[in-house]
Amino acid sequence: MALLAAAKVKHYFGGLCAVADFNLELQAGELVGIIGPNGAGKTTIFNLITGVYRASEGSIRLRDVELVGKTPHQITALRVGRTFQNIRLFRDLSVLDNVRIAHYAQVRYSPLEALLHLGRYRREEERIIENSRRLLSIFKLEHLAGETAKNLPYGSQRRLEIARALAIDPELLLLDEPAAGMNPNEIDQLMEFIQWIRREFKLTILLIEHQMKLVMGICERIKVLDFGETLAEGPPEAIQNDPKVLEAYLGEGPVG
Amino acid sequence: MKTMRSAGWEWLIAQRWLLPVLIAVGFVLAFAIPEYNLFNKYIQLVMMYVGINIILTVSLNLVNGYMGEFSLAHAGFMAVGAYTAALLTQKVLPVAAYPGLFPLAVLAGGLAAAALGLIVAVPSFKVRGDYLAIITLAFLMIVKSVIENIDAIGGPRGIPGIKKLTTLPWVFFWTVVSVWVVRNFVYSKYGRGVLAIREDEIASDLMSVNTQRVKFLAFMVSSFFAGIAGGLFAHVLQFISPRVFDIIKTTDVLIMVYLGGIASIGGSILGATVYTVLLELLRPSTVAAMLAWLPAMVFDPLNEYFIRHLGVWRMVIMPLALVLVMLYWPRGIMGLREFRWFIPRRDLDAHRHDAHGGSHGAARGR
Repeated sequence: MALLAAAKVKHYFGGLCAVADFNLELQAGELVGIIGPNGAGKTTIFNLITGVYRASEGSIRLRDVELVGKTPHQITALRVGRTFQNIRLFRDLSVLDNVRIAHYAQVRYSPLEALLHLGRYRREEERIIENSRRLLSIFKLEHLAGETAKNLPYGSQRRLEIARALAIDPELLLLDEPAAGMNPNEIDQLMEFIQWIRREFKLTILLIEHQMKLVMGICERIKVLDFGETLAEGPPEAIQNDPKVLEAYLGEGPVG
Repeated sequence: MKTMRSAGWEWLIAQRWLLPVLIAVGFVLAFAIPEYNLFNKYIQLVMMYVGINIILTVSLNLVNGYMGEFSLAHAGFMAVGAYTAALLTQKVLPVAAYPGLFPLAVLAGGLAAAALGLIVAVPSFKVRGDYLAIITLAFLMIVKSVIENIDAIGGPRGIPGIKKLTTLPWVFFWTVVSVWVVRNFVYSKYGRGVLAIREDEIASDLMSVNTQRVKFLAFMVSSFFAGIAGGLFAHVLQFISPRVFDIIKTTDVLIMVYLGGIASIGGSILGATVYTVLLELLRPSTVAAMLAWLPAMVFDPLNEYFIRHLGVWRMVIMPLALVLVMLYWPRGIMGLREFRWFIPRRDLDAHRHDAHGGSHGAARGR
């Protein structure tokens, strides 16, 4: 059974059709990329999967759970993690707290135990501190645990955002333009890194990216969107030579 | 600031065991002061107001500071607590025979306010910022006019002749409880959820924070303690009417929150204390007494033209002081910082950068 199955998903903003008939089957362990020009509806699809928007039509299923109609935190608790195109860290909070907050659904103590710092409070807090510091050390951020998130350099903020998404203990990870603003050298490192976390955390990854080097380099399957519609789908080699894709990206008419 | 701290100061901050000792000493003093009249009745009264204002400020800071909302309903919750507690001690509980029942009345006031807090939390799911401020203002007005229109509880005339049951030990007790509980809340997953909502509500939802639940809890805790403060207040003042709990009362608490600094328990305690004491110091009689050493030639005209009118002037001086604070010190005394003693040691250690104990920034690394 597919891990994620989106069928006939449509979404409108007012009269504007942002996503028209989106279909996607994601098998567990796959690494799939979504590409397309700006405004093609890529981020909207992430927002539909994670419940930020409620799909106007269609169904999105995680294994056999219908996601349409669920709130973001319910969907996240089903082990769907994500990052954002424009980094959305909790800027005024510490690096550690950014990661700790994402443990919310996994922490098991009642409001009463929280108000009195009794019962399971101590054990659970220690557990998530330990897990948070472990994640931070994986991302080489442990020495910055007490630093305010907004003070980190750009690259570290990107890493922290992925660390925070992993704190959710996701099965499905959605990466929204992870390579935005990176130079070719950093992109090489990022590619290796994505492959590594995928193995290490046993993830299924769906990513949006404009950097063709990254998409063509690590994705097993690519889906091309334009104006909310699927233009093409297939392995990187096929996509690279697809005339429709070239047209959408480079414009109409013969070149040269 | 940090570089200016002397080694002695650093040493003192590290002595965390002092906090329970200070609380114990505070309790002893709270009993001893009225018993042996260590201070006159007026100063004892001011001490009680300081305590009550700390409860109000710490609890409002939870919503307006930590969560970053702008609630104006605090005086409304206070009114609910005050009326519930006062009616209980007046008409239901035999407090004359059993004064030990008084805390039950106060607790009931807190619970009644908390129940209303749940209702006010609901619109906060949909609206934020200015719009929520207007809704909470409307709530405050509703509470006031409902009370005004129920004759059985005195209507606009209020409730006179409430027994003076609030004592210094009780105020101290509830102050410690409110600070402790709010601090515990802040350093829990719910408290971190509250902070996350202030930073980015959608992102916190996407990081698995159940924002509705967190808001329910924050409003409930906040209004509970506003109700407690109301119950204590009614039994100090001995007379309550709807007019006592109008927007001015909320404004007072807002001033204390922003003077002390948002998202800081230590700041709330400082803000409430400084503001309450300053306001009292600006009373004509107090100022006259303080300046009595001046030669009559200076004192008499000063008294004639300024001091005697301070009752009016202090309502100009204090807001003006607040304007200056906001302009030159926008974060207040302790904005976004915290006394180390209020931060659980576990949190301090977790934020450490290295094994040498160089923990960075007292509070959450801010």
